[in-house]
Amino acid sequence: MNEGRREIIQIVFVLVAVVFLIKLFFIQVIDSRYKQLADSNAILPEVDYPVRGLIKDRNGKLIVYNTPEFDLKIIHKEVKNFDSTRFCEVFSKTPQELRLLFKELKARREYSSVKPTIFLTKLSTLDFAKIQDNIDEFPGFYIQARSTRAYTAKAGANAIGYVSEISKTKLDRDKTGIYKQGDYIGQSGIEAYYEEFLRGQRGVRFKLRNVDGVEKGSYNNGKIDTLSIPGQDITTTLDFDLQEYGEYLMNGKAGSIIAIEPSSGEILAMVSGPSYDPNLLTGKNYSSNFVLISNDTLKPLFNRPLMAQYRPGSIFKIAQAMVALQEKVITPETRFRCDRSVINCHGPHTNEDLRGAITHSCNPYFHAALRRMLNKGVSNNPFDDTRIGLEEWNKHIRSFGLGKPLGIDLPNEKGGLVPSPAYYDRAYGGRPWKFSNIYSIAIGEGENLVVPLQMANFAATIANKGYYIVPHLVKGIGEAGKPLPKYTEKHYTTIDSTYFRVAADAMQAVVESGTGSYRGKLQDLIVCGKTGSVQNEPRPDHSVFIAYAPKENPKIAVSVYVEFSGQGARAAASIATLMIEKYLYGATKRPQIEEYVLRGKFLN
Amino acid sequence: MDWVTVALYASIVFMGWLNIYAVTYDQNAEISIFSLQLNSGRQLLFIAGAIIIIMGILIMDMRFYETFGYVIYGFIMFLLLLVPIIGKEVGGNKAWLGVGSFGVQPSEFAKFATALAVAKYMGSVGFRMDQLRNQVILFIMIGVPMLLILLQKDTGTALVFTVFTVVYFREGMSPMLIIMGIIAAIIFILTLLVDEKYLFIGIGVILVSAIMLGRKKLKRIGLLTAAAVLVCGVIVSVDYVVNNVLKPHQQNRVKALINPDADPLGFGWNVTQSKIAIGSGGFTGKGFLKGTQTKFDFVPEQSTDFIFCTIGEEHGWLGSLFIMSLFIGLMLRVIFLAERQKNRFARVYGYAVACIFFFHFAINIGMTIGLFPVIGIPLPFFSYGGSGLWGFTILLFILLKLDIHRSQVLQRM
Repeated sequence: MNEGRREIIQIVFVLVAVVFLIKLFFIQVIDSRYKQLADSNAILPEVDYPVRGLIKDRNGKLIVYNTPEFDLKIIHKEVKNFDSTRFCEVFSKTPQELRLLFKELKARREYSSVKPTIFLTKLSTLDFAKIQDNIDEFPGFYIQARSTRAYTAKAGANAIGYVSEISKTKLDRDKTGIYKQGDYIGQSGIEAYYEEFLRGQRGVRFKLRNVDGVEKGSYNNGKIDTLSIPGQDITTTLDFDLQEYGEYLMNGKAGSIIAIEPSSGEILAMVSGPSYDPNLLTGKNYSSNFVLISNDTLKPLFNRPLMAQYRPGSIFKIAQAMVALQEKVITPETRFRCDRSVINCHGPHTNEDLRGAITHSCNPYFHAALRRMLNKGVSNNPFDDTRIGLEEWNKHIRSFGLGKPLGIDLPNEKGGLVPSPAYYDRAYGGRPWKFSNIYSIAIGEGENLVVPLQMANFAATIANKGYYIVPHLVKGIGEAGKPLPKYTEKHYTTIDSTYFRVAADAMQAVVESGTGSYRGKLQDLIVCGKTGSVQNEPRPDHSVFIAYAPKENPKIAVSVYVEFSGQGARAAASIATLMIEKYLYGATKRPQIEEYVLRGKFLN
Repeated sequence: MDWVTVALYASIVFMGWLNIYAVTYDQNAEISIFSLQLNSGRQLLFIAGAIIIIMGILIMDMRFYETFGYVIYGFIMFLLLLVPIIGKEVGGNKAWLGVGSFGVQPSEFAKFATALAVAKYMGSVGFRMDQLRNQVILFIMIGVPMLLILLQKDTGTALVFTVFTVVYFREGMSPMLIIMGIIAAIIFILTLLVDEKYLFIGIGVILVSAIMLGRKKLKRIGLLTAAAVLVCGVIVSVDYVVNNVLKPHQQNRVKALINPDADPLGFGWNVTQSKIAIGSGGFTGKGFLKGTQTKFDFVPEQSTDFIFCTIGEEHGWLGSLFIMSLFIGLMLRVIFLAERQKNRFARVYGYAVACIFFFHFAINIGMTIGLFPVIGIPLPFFSYGGSGLWGFTILLFILLKLDIHRSQVLQRM
C-alpha cells in the first residue's frame, strides 16, 4: 500500500535542492545587481584630494597659491559631555546659532550619527589656532584641513578667475564623473579654462567598512588604491608688474587695457576696469562677497577685454586702408578731397594722401575709398555690385581675426561683428540696400563691433606685418612648460605684408605729428598708434587707442578702451603709451601724463 | 558502521567549522582559528563534545533507544516545560536551560526524543496507521513539543515537528493531509498577496465551473459549496490572524518574503542583505576569507541562521552546489539506511531523521535566498552552536547505531 512513497519523498528532496540551485544561479550568475550592491555596501572609496596647480607670471613671480582651510567635522555618536556654553565661547557662536547648526546637521540627507559629517566650514587659520588648543574638550569633533586658493596681489582677477564649490547645474552636466558635490572647480578665467591641468588627479583609497560604517582596513590590501597626482603649475604670459600698473592707471575708470607681445601672441597685461580683489572670492566669506560683487552695478565680474563689444571707431581706418590697398582700388599716393558734405570730419586738411588721411583720421577719405572697394562696377546693378564688393571686404576684414571669437584661453569670449551681405539682408528685412545705406562702416562706426582683445590683436597684426598668433594667457603648462599647440600657429591675413609698411609709417605719423602726438609721443622710442573716438550720442565718446612699439622689432602692442572719456587722444593714448614705457623701461619718464591719467578728468 | 554517512557527516561539520571561522575572520586582528575568543574555536569544543556523544551512543546497548523511547521523550518534555519557568533569556528567546555560563536548548533535543517516541509507538505490535485513534495519538505526540516550544516563542523550531507528517505519509497515512496543508499554505500566501475580494471572486468562479463541468448531483454541489465556504472562512481568518494575532516581527517576516524591496532597511533588511551577500559571490565566489558582506555584519546572525551566505559569497554557485550535494547526499543516504532496516521502529526513526534534516535544510537555505520567510532555524551540523550540533549528531548516530545491529532484530514489519 505504501508503494512508491519512498520514491516520492526522494524526488521531493532532490527537487527542492534543484529549485534552490536554479534560484541561486539567477541571483549569483545571471543578475549582476547584487555584486554592485555588495560593493556599495562594504567598500568606501575615500578621496585623496590633490593639490591644485600654482599660477605664476611670465617672470616666475607667484600669483596664485594654496593655503589651508579648516573644516570642523562631527561624529555625533562620539560626542560626550558636550558643554555648549564652552563650545560657543571657543567657536565664537551664539547659543541660537549653535542650535541652528545642530538642526541643520540632522536635516542633511547624508547625515549619520556614526560617520564624520561637516559641522562648520571654512574656519580661518586664526580660528584654527584657538580651536586647536581646545579641541580636546569636545570629543566627537575633528578638524579637517583642505586647501583653498590665495592670491599674492589684488590684480588680474578677471584674467585669473576664481575657484569655488561646483554648482548643482554644473554637476548635473558633468559627464566625466570627476566631480562630486562639494568639490572645488575653476569658475572663470584661467582657473576655469585650464581646470583639467590645474585640478590634478584625485586618488582613491578603498576602505572596507562594516554595517555601522566603521573602517575595517583597506580593500584588497590597497592594491587598487591610487595616490592623488598634484595639479600642474601654470606659467601665465602676464607681466604682473605691468598688470598691476595697468590696474593702477584704470582705477576709477571703466574700460580695458590689453597688452600683447606681437611675436608670440602672449598677453602681457589684461586689465578690466572696474575689477575686484580676488582674495574676496576665496575662503570663509566667499558667499557673502560673491553676492556683493555680482550685484555691483559696475559689474566687476564682467570681463570687458573679451566681453564688451564696442564699435571700433577710427582705429578701424587702418584696416580699411589695408583692404583698399590689397584690392588695388587705391595706392598709397591716392588722394581724395576732404568732402564733408556726406560725412563730417575734423581738423584743417583738404586733400590728403593715404598717410595723411590716417594721420588726420580723415573721414571722407575712407568713405571714398570704401565706395571704390564696394562698387567696382563688376555688376551694372548697384545693389548687386555692393553685395559682391562687401563679400570680398568681409573676407579681408575677418582675416584680421575680427567678427568671430579669437579663441583666447578664457571662457566667454565674444566675437564682435563684421557685417556681411547676409547680415544686411536680415537687417533690412529683404529690402534692397547699397553702399549709401551702409557707408558708416567705412570709419569703424555703423554695424561693426569688436571687443578690445581683437583690437589689441589687430595692433599686433600690424606690428607683425600681416600675421597674428592667437592671444593667450598661458605660456607654460606643467613640467613641459609649453603652451597649448594652437597658440603657436601663425594666422596670416589676406593682405600682402608690404602694405603693412604703409600702415606702420602712417601710425608713426599719428603719434609724431597727428592726432596722437600730444600725449602719445615718447622720447627715444618710435611708437606707432591710432586714435579712435567712438560715438555714444548723447553721452561722451569712448576713448580708444591702439599702438605698438618700437616700430622695428615690436615688443608690445596695446589697445586701450576707456568708456565715456572723450577723444582717443586723451585718456586712451596716455594710458597706452604709459603701459609701453612701463613695459620697455620699467617706469614712465612722463609723470605729468601719469598724473593726468590718475586724475581722470578727461572731458574738460 | 555506515562509513558513507560518517564521511558525509564529517565533511559537513568540517565545512561548517571553516565557514564559522570565515564569518568572524578579521584581517586586521590576527586571531587563530582555534582561539576560544572566536566562534570557530568554541565550535571546535562543541565538535569535540559531539565526538564524545557519538562514542556514548555507540557504546550504549542498541535496545536502550527503543526501550527508553517514551522515557527520554517524557524527560525532554519535562525540560521543555521547565524552560519558560527557570530558563534564561538569550537573544530575545527564552529557550535555554543552564548552570552558570553553560547552557543548552532542550528544544534541540526534543527532535530526536520525539523521533524515538513516534518510532517506538509506530513500531509497537498491532499498530495500524488507518486507525483514527492511532493517528490522533501520533499528532498529539508531535503537538506537545510544538506547543511547549511555541511557549518559548521559538516558532521556527516548533514548525520543524510538522515534518513528521511526511514520516506518517511514508507509513501509510493518506496524503490528503499534506496536500491540504500545502493548499492552506498557498491560500495563506495568496491572502497576503492579493486583495480578499479578488480571492472571493476567484473562488466563486472555480466553484461555479466545477459545478457546471461535473455531474450535477445535489450531494456533490453541496460538498463543493461547503469547501468553497470553508476556504473563504480560512481566508478571512488568515487575514485576521496576520493582522491581529501574529506579533509585529512575525508579520514583518511574512511581508518581507512577499516583497523584500518594499522596505530594504526595515523588515526586508535580513533577506535583502542575505541575497546581496549570496548574489555577490558569482559563479566561483570571492574566495575563502575574502567575503565583504558576511565579514562586516551586513547580514545578521551570520554564524547561525544565515551561515549559508558565507558559502554563497565566498564560494559562489559552485560552492553552493557542493554543499547542497553533501546535504542531499546525506539525506538520501539516510533514507537508504532507513529502508534497509528490518523493523518498523528503526525505519520510522530513519525517516524522521531524514525529514528533520530536510526541513532544516529547505527552510534555512530557502530563507537565505528569499524563497521562504525568515524562520530562525539552523542549518544542520553547519550553523554555530553546541545544542544544535549535539542534537543533530544524536539524531543521526542513533540511526547509525541501529543500522549496525539491523540484522540482530526480529522481523516485525
